[in-house]
Amino acid sequence: MVYDILIIGGGVIGAMIARELSRYQLSVCLLEKENDVACGASKANSGIVHGGFDPEPGTLKAKLNTLGVPLLYRAAEQLQVPCIQNGSLVCAFGTEEEPELEKLYLRGIANGIRGMKILSGDEARLLEPNLSPAVTKALHIPSAGIVSPYDLTIAAMGNAMDNGVELLRNFQVTSIEKTTVYHVHSSLGQTVQGKGIINCAGGYADKIAAMFGDDHFSIIPRSGEYLLLDKAEGNQVRHTVFQIPSKEGKGILVTPTVHENLLVGPTATAVASPDANQTTPDGLAQVQRLAAKSVPTVNFRQVITSFAGVRASEAKGDFIIEPSKKASNVIHVAAIDSPGLTCCVSIAQYVMELLRQLDFSLIEKENWDPYRENIRAFSQMSDEEKDAYIQKHPAYGKIVCRCELISEGEIRAAIRQNPGALDMDGIKRRTRSGMGRCQGGFCGPYVMGILSQELGIPLEEVTKNGGESRMVLERIGE
Amino acid sequence: MKKEMICIICPHGCQIELTQEGNALSVKGNACPRGAEYAKSELLDPRRTLTATVRVSNRKDTMVSVKTEHPIPKSQMMNIMKRLRDVHVNAPIAIGDILLPDVWGTKVIATQRVD
Amino acid sequence: MQEHAIVVIGGGPAGMAAAVAAYDRGVTDVVILDREAHLGGILQQCIHNGFGLHKLGQELTGPEYASVYEEMVASRGIQVYHETMVTGLTAERIVTAQNRQGILKIKAQAVILAMGCRERSRGALNIYGNRPAGIYSAGTAQKLINCQGYMVGKQVVILGSGDIGLIMARRMSLEGAKVEAVCELMPYSGGLTRNIVQCLEDFDIPLYLRTTVVQIHGDKRVQGVTVAQVDENRNVIETTKLYIPCDTLLLSVGLIPENELTRGAGIPIDPITGGAMVDERCETAVPGIFACGNVLQVHDLVDYVSEEAERAGAAAAETVLSQSVCREVLATKAGFGVRYVLPQRIHKDGDVSLFLRVTQPFGKVRLTVTAGEKVLASVKRIKAAPGEMEKITLKADALAQATDTVTVSLEEIK
Repeated sequence: MVYDILIIGGGVIGAMIARELSRYQLSVCLLEKENDVACGASKANSGIVHGGFDPEPGTLKAKLNTLGVPLLYRAAEQLQVPCIQNGSLVCAFGTEEEPELEKLYLRGIANGIRGMKILSGDEARLLEPNLSPAVTKALHIPSAGIVSPYDLTIAAMGNAMDNGVELLRNFQVTSIEKTTVYHVHSSLGQTVQGKGIINCAGGYADKIAAMFGDDHFSIIPRSGEYLLLDKAEGNQVRHTVFQIPSKEGKGILVTPTVHENLLVGPTATAVASPDANQTTPDGLAQVQRLAAKSVPTVNFRQVITSFAGVRASEAKGDFIIEPSKKASNVIHVAAIDSPGLTCCVSIAQYVMELLRQLDFSLIEKENWDPYRENIRAFSQMSDEEKDAYIQKHPAYGKIVCRCELISEGEIRAAIRQNPGALDMDGIKRRTRSGMGRCQGGFCGPYVMGILSQELGIPLEEVTKNGGESRMVLERIGE
Repeated sequence: MKKEMICIICPHGCQIELTQEGNALSVKGNACPRGAEYAKSELLDPRRTLTATVRVSNRKDTMVSVKTEHPIPKSQMMNIMKRLRDVHVNAPIAIGDILLPDVWGTKVIATQRVD
Repeated sequence: MQEHAIVVIGGGPAGMAAAVAAYDRGVTDVVILDREAHLGGILQQCIHNGFGLHKLGQELTGPEYASVYEEMVASRGIQVYHETMVTGLTAERIVTAQNRQGILKIKAQAVILAMGCRERSRGALNIYGNRPAGIYSAGTAQKLINCQGYMVGKQVVILGSGDIGLIMARRMSLEGAKVEAVCELMPYSGGLTRNIVQCLEDFDIPLYLRTTVVQIHGDKRVQGVTVAQVDENRNVIETTKLYIPCDTLLLSVGLIPENELTRGAGIPIDPITGGAMVDERCETAVPGIFACGNVLQVHDLVDYVSEEAERAGAAAAETVLSQSVCREVLATKAGFGVRYVLPQRIHKDGDVSLFLRVTQPFGKVRLTVTAGEKVLASVKRIKAAPGEMEKITLKADALAQATDTVTVSLEEIK
């Protein structure tokens, strides 16, 4: 079949565009090179809903950030994705930095941000008692928030699929040719046809653009390293605490996560490839040092994991969201670095505007359902509600992940619900099983068994994240 | 001839010194008589209790743990491992059930109950 | 809400021994809540031998040792809830648990904590690089290999020379894997000496001391690790970096008591042991809640877990039967060369056993227990190592003289 639209890339942008497209009477297929959505920058970033003071007024970033915040909060609610409007604080350390804070404030006003306020150091410490005594002033942005970026991506994709969008995984685009329609070929020799293409390939968006002859931009991969701390440290701060941003990024932040952990990072280091997501001794040392500058009380013995995500930046510093200059019915959505997550819904809606200007008529479906049930709803129930639920669904009574208290029922649901988990990392992102203090030590073998059973594959074929990432290598005693 | 070794009979791990003069063996450093016995055997005929698992044919992804009832020559451990690979056993299994009746004068028995 | 005299949380060696001891002390209304389908806890995957020499006078494998206590639990008719996870505990001894039948709430007169411990994970270590498949804690690999029958890898590097790591080096070698090396950050092994001999030396596996894994290589599955030596401040010596190809990295880098429920009930935790602060009856600072086994302190031998649990079980029963009396309390303290002393407080009544671990390996030592100027006990040891728990018994008459904090310290002797 020939799809109306092919989306290349299953990050938060591709998924949210898929969801937006699922409103309309169009056939849509999303192509993802990995074994799951949210495998690139969308799984490894700060998870911040940015207030919008940072982008230069007049840029696409400024416009879409201001529009994007309320849209994101609404989408998160519809998709039952954990999201908290906790507000942020940008800290100035000493009189040299204070004028920068003023500038950010004025820029925020120009971008239409409401409710901001510059606080003295002491006022800021009233809000956040663990803030360093060296903080002399702080900009408070009450509209800022935190969201789980991979939960959002998975939920958006799932909702899109529930509304008819298709997902093809392990489909790495290697070439594209055009007859009357586009023929998109994969590394495994598959071909998919589409009338229009939306390029959301993240770190590889420039390579995909080049397949259409668009070579006017190139992606600069920039790695950001993070440390994630145990829930015991989750209440160090309530707000997201920033330092004054620099050219490289928004500086090291200290933030609670929606899952009640503490997250610190990121660094901003140019790397050779979008896949270069290794952590480094220098990077993690820098994260520790600079995080302690804002919040000296952080106990780094409580680190449960470290990770790095690679952001797709571009030299001019703004998002690139535009139709191809060379090919018809192709839209590039590229260089979506910070505040890309905040803007995912406003970007998707902006892309709809661009599509309308191309050859596509967007006619709304009658039965589009913007809601999706979160499989973790069980964990939020009262004991009485849980008891009643377990009577009907006994698998929810069996706890598999003891650190995060995740039940077998939730793990099975993660495999059955769109887009179903196919591997260990997929289960982890959907349920948090294995994300706690033991990092999968206890639940790993159980989860492998459930995956093997649900997917109907031998245990030796269960992978961590697709491809050659097998968890066990052979059966003993045969 | 002198030889030093660490006794593995119990968690204490005594440092034992073994001296051989002609046919006579003398042992120093052991806290108990089992240490002397161990040292002599370790020199002349080193033995180990082998523990392993055998797949239970009629249960999914289930192994039963097994051991040699008495220590076997250290050099034969891998041979017995190979033989265990060909053992087929069905549940129910009780502790002490015999899986291999004769390996270097002893038996391989189940150490776990499988219902 | 149900009511029971004693609720035991955990059905491993500690939980079973505690339940049996409580029953035998005269409280028959004892229930065990266990998260697994079979009693025995981690013993079921410890298929190697070496258990029970001290306590049962015979050398058993883990499953055999467990079966001895399972039989005792069964013959007394002690009720066991299997596959039942305790999710909450309050200082008022209300236990919330869940299983496939629903949510369970039990009000208990006494609660015995016996949840065991978990392995330290990679996150707690500073290892850089990728996050591919093939990185396992030693116990997880043990479960997959011994219980489910799947080899986690064929070419292995082990970080940490704790007993589980050593045992797994042998186990994987027997199953045909090549164990390239065991790396230990410290200048000495954390495992028992006998395990160095029978698990490493028997299989020609090198043990590199003062060495750690600094980087993991591989995108989808582990392809190798870089190891390096460290100096006395544990800083990596760059010139010693060595790449070892492997498909699996096992971590055996320490055990952490699982005290989430304990904290939830507001029970004070000792930062050194990672377990609750207790008296010689294993009672925590919250009356009626007791702790024993690896949730209280990480033990080297299961035999000592059983003994400790028996004390906890008997004490819980005495509490239920209102037989315990309030007596004078003394604090304990770790002196020179001693990492911790447990219990953290003792009553002046009867003989009391002190358990401790030393800070580093020593040769011949004298361990002395003092209270102020008074020497309460003094024992000699041929050697002492952090991997092995020490026990000193204070006689009632000696303890009666003490009025001050009871301190255990160590001195090296010739």
